[in-house]
Amino acid sequence: MAKQLFLGDEAIAQAALDAGLSGVYAYPGTPSTEITEYIQHSKQAANGNVHREWASNEKTALEAAIGMSYAGKRAMACMKHVGLNVAADPFMNVAITGANGGLVILVADDPSMHSSQDEQDSRFFAKFAFIPVFEPSNQQEAYDMTYEAFDYSEKYRIPVMIRITTRLAHSRAGVEQRPARPQNEINLHPNKKQFILLPALARKYYNELLDKQIPMEAESENSKYNKFIEGKDKSLGIITSGIAYNYLMENYVETTCPYPVLKINQYPLPVKMITKLVDECDSVLVLEEGYPLIEEQLRGLLNRGGNIKGRLDGTISRVGELNPNMVGSALGIKQEEGSPIPEIVAPRPPALCVACPHIDSYIALNEAMVEHGEGKVFADIGCYTLGALPPYNAIYSTVDMGASITMAKGAADAGLRPTVGVIGDSTFTHSGITSLLDCVWDKTPVTIMILDNSTTGMTGGQDSHAFGKIETICLGLGVEKEHIRIIKPLKNRHAENVQVIKEELAYEGVSVIIPTRECIQTLNKRVREKSK
Amino acid sequence: MKIDIILAGVGGQGILSIASIIGYAAVKKGLYLKQAEVHGMSQRGGDVQSNFRLADYPIASDLIPKGKADLIISVEPMEALRYLPWLSKDGMLITNDQPFININNYPDESVLKAELDKLPRKVVINADQVAKDLGSVRSANMVILGAASPFINMDFSALENAVSEVFARKGEEVVNVNLACLQAGREFAEKNK
Ligand SMILES: Cc1ncc(C[n+]2csc(CCOP(=O)(O)OP(=O)(O)O)c2C)c(N)n1
Ligand code: SF4
Repeated sequence: MAKQLFLGDEAIAQAALDAGLSGVYAYPGTPSTEITEYIQHSKQAANGNVHREWASNEKTALEAAIGMSYAGKRAMACMKHVGLNVAADPFMNVAITGANGGLVILVADDPSMHSSQDEQDSRFFAKFAFIPVFEPSNQQEAYDMTYEAFDYSEKYRIPVMIRITTRLAHSRAGVEQRPARPQNEINLHPNKKQFILLPALARKYYNELLDKQIPMEAESENSKYNKFIEGKDKSLGIITSGIAYNYLMENYVETTCPYPVLKINQYPLPVKMITKLVDECDSVLVLEEGYPLIEEQLRGLLNRGGNIKGRLDGTISRVGELNPNMVGSALGIKQEEGSPIPEIVAPRPPALCVACPHIDSYIALNEAMVEHGEGKVFADIGCYTLGALPPYNAIYSTVDMGASITMAKGAADAGLRPTVGVIGDSTFTHSGITSLLDCVWDKTPVTIMILDNSTTGMTGGQDSHAFGKIETICLGLGVEKEHIRIIKPLKNRHAENVQVIKEELAYEGVSVIIPTRECIQTLNKRVREKSK
Repeated sequence: MKIDIILAGVGGQGILSIASIIGYAAVKKGLYLKQAEVHGMSQRGGDVQSNFRLADYPIASDLIPKGKADLIISVEPMEALRYLPWLSKDGMLITNDQPFININNYPDESVLKAELDKLPRKVVINADQVAKDLGSVRSANMVILGAASPFINMDFSALENAVSEVFARKGEEVVNVNLACLQAGREFAEKNK
């Protein structure tokens, strides 16, 4: 078959389909979103009736994937790194129940925080849970490793994490496909108690999980994805993980790397291979796209040998993604550079789109808040986070999805008045509903603005589970009907909107204001598609 | 053979269509290709770039090292300058001269021009005007690709075929106007390089 040009994300999606996937479960999050979108647009997925609707959040996504695996079919849950925090509970515990049908948990990390709040490295989570990791270094490996991950998962009855980072997720290259395999039939686990984590059973399964580490480590030693490349110059040995290998090789395009190299793409770590490298080299440079996971273990707290180099001793920057120049400099190879960026070049930060409904919401909110002073508006994650920037300077927090409402609550509990939570519709159904229930239960004086633009704007306009339901959800949670106020964020409604916000700020109880107007981008897209 | 290209512009200006056309032509020729894109916040008027690498041998890094890009192809003049550290000493810069101003501190036209004038190898073209004259304001990106085409080691006909294929589902009229823009850009570059 001819090579297809695939993003790393697309290679993973296609591989999962070819491996007989029966369901993908995900909540959007850069840089993982395109995996599910690819499957949603795939004819192969439609023909196979593969489950491909978005989930409310990463926890519900992973739990549904576990359920599909329970039934014996192959399932994949996809998320960005911070999504794994939300899904941490099922993640830690499914390691102990194990999988039945092949279960792959795809996590896309974002070192350098191109579009994230942090740059956490999901390999630490996998190690914590004793879950094996496949960490491809290129698009072809992304395809091949995903294809094989389902077999591995079924062989060891364990979920497999595939860990990628932004550069692989969002870079295209030619990929060769393998023949498609049929989906599994429904087939329950022979042990009908395998998914019951009562303490007595959980202790047994936990020991089994620990026992699995031994053969899994042997798999890593023999894996074709972990390679020991001999080198004559033993003054240095190099360990790379994931795409760090490419940046190393970029520095040896015209020459060959003189040092022995251990290319690691599969975990648990191949301890024998590492021992060989460390034993035969005077010092070791560890190149990892992410936190220093391998380096930290090799070095230990004291680095008594003093010969392990990497992010911890400053050979490589402690933070951020790698690039060929950083790696070249670490190796003492002189790096070229073009001319500097002229001073006149100004930054061009992303901004809310012209005519975005959030603009009118913020202008109205700012006016209503003038008399109350600064520091009282807690926001969340989405396009509206850009309200933190000029000209709005409207919000004072954005921590994690759903935190706006609960932080406004905590600050109100502390005595701050008034406090406002600003949250998007999709973020509200992701993890704001329980926060609002806490406010209602406590009768906390907070004003919550749920910005309803009918979509998940930030990640490119995916359907929002909140669509058409926000008011009913709030009523169901027990918010008083007269304190649920729907407004239309438009310039010509400004005065009345300010008035509504002021009235609710004055109320000593839970108020919800729902500014409702569609995202301009999805509106335009709908109009364009209609005119076709 | 290798060509490393930085594609630059502002979200929504169509740099990814430029990439997909060169990519299409490259895959047809059986070349190796890597193309790192920026996704995520790009629709909102921020700067966007793509690292586009072609070679007749397998390519290691998705990112182009500094000082190694053969071409900067930009649909916006200030954005072209943002990537100068990546341009090699004898690299070529091809850019639209029409600014996209959505920030308060956008440089004056004259200083911007002075910076572009300093560069030894460049093609600076009013792609918006050329595209408008040919009847499709939205095809300025194809004018730019045409202007870059003499410096991409590939037959012009391969690029033309790629334009025809990539735009085919939008109809013959769209294909033709984009081909005309590509041609006009190329002619300008041949005369002004
Ligand atoms: C746990 C977690 N999952 C996913 C994301 C990625 N993400 C950031 S904002 C957002 C959606 C925002 O949608 P909405 O709340 O409707 O606001 P809008 O962008 O439409 O204004 C998503 C999915 C994240 N930051 N954290
Ligand atoms: S994508 Fe939609 S919600 Fe986001 S800034 Fe643009 S108009 Fe606003």
